[in-house]
Amino acid sequence: MCLAIPGKIISLVDDPAHSAMIEVSGVHRRVDVSLVEPDGIAPGDWVLIHVGFAMSKIREEDAYDQMRMLTALGESEAAMAEVRGYSADSGEGPAKEDSWP
Amino acid sequence: MDTPAAAPKIRFRDTQIEMAHGAGGKASRRLIEGLFAPILFGSSQEPLGDAALLSINGTRLAITADSFVVSPLSFPGGSIGELAVNGTVNDLAVSGARAETLVVTYVLEAGLPTEILEREVRAMGRAARAAGVTIAGGDTKVVEHGKADRMYITTAGVGSLIPGVQCSTRSARPGDVVLLSGPIGDHGITILLARGELDLEADLCSDTRPVLPLVEALAREAAQGLRWMRDPTRGGVATALNEFARDCDLSVFLEEDKVPVRETVRGACELLGLDPLHIANEGQFLAVVAPEYADRALEALRRAPGGQGARIIGEVREQPACTVVAATPYGGNRIVDMLVGDPLPRIC
Amino acid sequence: MKYVDEFREPELIARTSEEIRRLADPGRHYRFMEVCGGHTHAIYRFGLKDLLPPNIELVHGPGCPVCVLPMGRIDDGLSMAASGDVIFTAFGDMMRVPGTSGSPLEHKARGADIRIVYSPADALKLAKANPDRQVMFFAIGFETTAPSTALTLMRAKAEGVRNFSVFSNHVTIIPAIRAILDSPDMRLDAFIGPGHVSTVIGCRPYEWIARQEGKPIVVSGFEPLDVLQSTAMLLAQLQRGEAKVENQYRRVVPWEGNRAALKAMAEVFTLRSYFEWRGMGFISQSALALNDAYADWDAERRFKVPGIRVTDPKAAQCGEVLKGVLKPAQCKLFGNECTPERPIGALMVSSEGSCAAYYQYEHRKSPLVSIPA
Repeated sequence: MCLAIPGKIISLVDDPAHSAMIEVSGVHRRVDVSLVEPDGIAPGDWVLIHVGFAMSKIREEDAYDQMRMLTALGESEAAMAEVRGYSADSGEGPAKEDSWP
Repeated sequence: MDTPAAAPKIRFRDTQIEMAHGAGGKASRRLIEGLFAPILFGSSQEPLGDAALLSINGTRLAITADSFVVSPLSFPGGSIGELAVNGTVNDLAVSGARAETLVVTYVLEAGLPTEILEREVRAMGRAARAAGVTIAGGDTKVVEHGKADRMYITTAGVGSLIPGVQCSTRSARPGDVVLLSGPIGDHGITILLARGELDLEADLCSDTRPVLPLVEALAREAAQGLRWMRDPTRGGVATALNEFARDCDLSVFLEEDKVPVRETVRGACELLGLDPLHIANEGQFLAVVAPEYADRALEALRRAPGGQGARIIGEVREQPACTVVAATPYGGNRIVDMLVGDPLPRIC
Repeated sequence: MKYVDEFREPELIARTSEEIRRLADPGRHYRFMEVCGGHTHAIYRFGLKDLLPPNIELVHGPGCPVCVLPMGRIDDGLSMAASGDVIFTAFGDMMRVPGTSGSPLEHKARGADIRIVYSPADALKLAKANPDRQVMFFAIGFETTAPSTALTLMRAKAEGVRNFSVFSNHVTIIPAIRAILDSPDMRLDAFIGPGHVSTVIGCRPYEWIARQEGKPIVVSGFEPLDVLQSTAMLLAQLQRGEAKVENQYRRVVPWEGNRAALKAMAEVFTLRSYFEWRGMGFISQSALALNDAYADWDAERRFKVPGIRVTDPKAAQCGEVLKGVLKPAQCKLFGNECTPERPIGALMVSSEGSCAAYYQYEHRKSPLVSIPA
């Protein structure tokens, strides 16, 4: 809804309390991490930043899952195309390159 | 005595001047075209460029002026003194002229420490020597404490025309190629960060430099095919290309992923919700060249010192006229508009 | 992993577009509403409409917290800045929004002390640095932003910063969606659900949309791949005749929301019994005000505000565009009397406004330049 971007925690800051230094593409910014501290945070974690506050931890496993699913989407498409290719050519071998998406 | 001419029809309807009028975008253009041009520039139909080309008793010269009000005065990569020299040298360079000499005026705020003034004057001297220009003279005024925000500098420059270069938007054709000399956004973001109002730190510095050597390298190889040049200062690449598209009634088609932007600039723009295409640059220029000269032109830039970052970023097309369109990397495209207002960060 | 570049990967985008094409029933016209202004902008900025088949129509929702504020609220905020010792602070997004006597930027040019901040914490910092001035923070935003305002107020109270106050214009998203669904002119098939609001409120609050209204809703991220994947998920539900809440933005949105954020909001805010939304009239329980424990930091109680209801100019159709009944270009003033430079309403000026998105990215593309997807 509003501008929120992912950033990586570089270090936790003592003063002011509940702060951390985060990095976005080489740019450093101090953000308030009160809202994500209960989840447990450490340098190296990725968080979603909005108006100077970390709103949520970015769960790497979920991101990877999503990537895997999206990549698999393409692979299953390719597998389907191959199967279609087989039936069209009456078993003469794998489909030609150009029938792939 | 001549009777004064009837007052021209002024299209500038704003009742007061806003910051946007100095930001280099749409409002600036409205002010110049709607107020200054009709009153001061006579009936000239020439599109407004970065410098004026004059012919005085057969000698052809280019002349330009620019004022510098940057805050803070000093920032990573440079200071107001350098900008004041390079800015004017560059305005002349992209108008096809080699800056020969500058005159400079200072408006100083009472209470400005001499140390700071001296620092800037030395910076100007160094920049002038590096750019190969002399400083012929100038003027100084001092205003009360509280005005002039420490110092404002204006430089006016005169230059001789670079042989062979004859830029004119009228010569642009569909199929022409758009070149950019190097990565964009460095200067504007550096200034934003240097103001210290944002809790951001980045390893960035202004790109201020004279682009004359690059322009001359380009001219040596491709003068014949050189249609137009501009330095994308306030308002950025987007504004400069929109002005070009409007002036020649054609379209510019950009490939977003070909436009060079440093990682850090991208990151800062993401954090602030800004578009790198709208950010000011002080050491880059755009050139439109005929397609048969494109490769030669790019080569020439890349071989010149400081030109390794040069890229071909797009081309001129017929439609949609007066518009800049950018292809996103995903097969969609979007319009790139002139800067509206002053870059304001997107938050919510 | 950088969480941005991967979700902009062109090849994956092309594949997801293919999947959408496969799932969309060519005999059917789909109307999906993206609630969030951020989604509207992403769609235009990344040119995503070019990647969808023509029978999928995206309808823009009212998820722009600046756009839905009636002009009278802007006037109220600016009236607080009229007194010389007040520093008016707000996000950059507010600066060009028109009030009856000009935008904050125009007031600034006339001498009011108006400053952009990037975080409510910045406004509090300003208050601490200027003890003899009053610092007022014009708070806007849905539930994404309200917790940050809440935490800042808690800090102000804990540290005894008395010269700081908040003018709360926080609004809540569920009543807005309800108002859309209750509207007789709306015919929608499914929703692309708010991404960042959901990091706070979670996905449960949307269940009634699926259960009672029978519309699928997918909580979506903002990268091109996210929006496309969410579209595919909606199509898949419709194809199977299902209606449920799905979370596409799992990497960031927890199903249960953010407890700390909700707690902070409950500590500081109370629901107003009703609040006026531009174009949608008065909606009950749809906005947040500071509760009595924070009365001393409530700008509405500290300053006398005119509180005058200002209706939009008759010709402006902001309300209809906000509800998705009209597309931006269908408003009679679009592109002529109303442009980003001279906006009539906030939709043309806010970074989440659909008119601004359409104007900036779309409306001058000639039919000659449509790129085949």
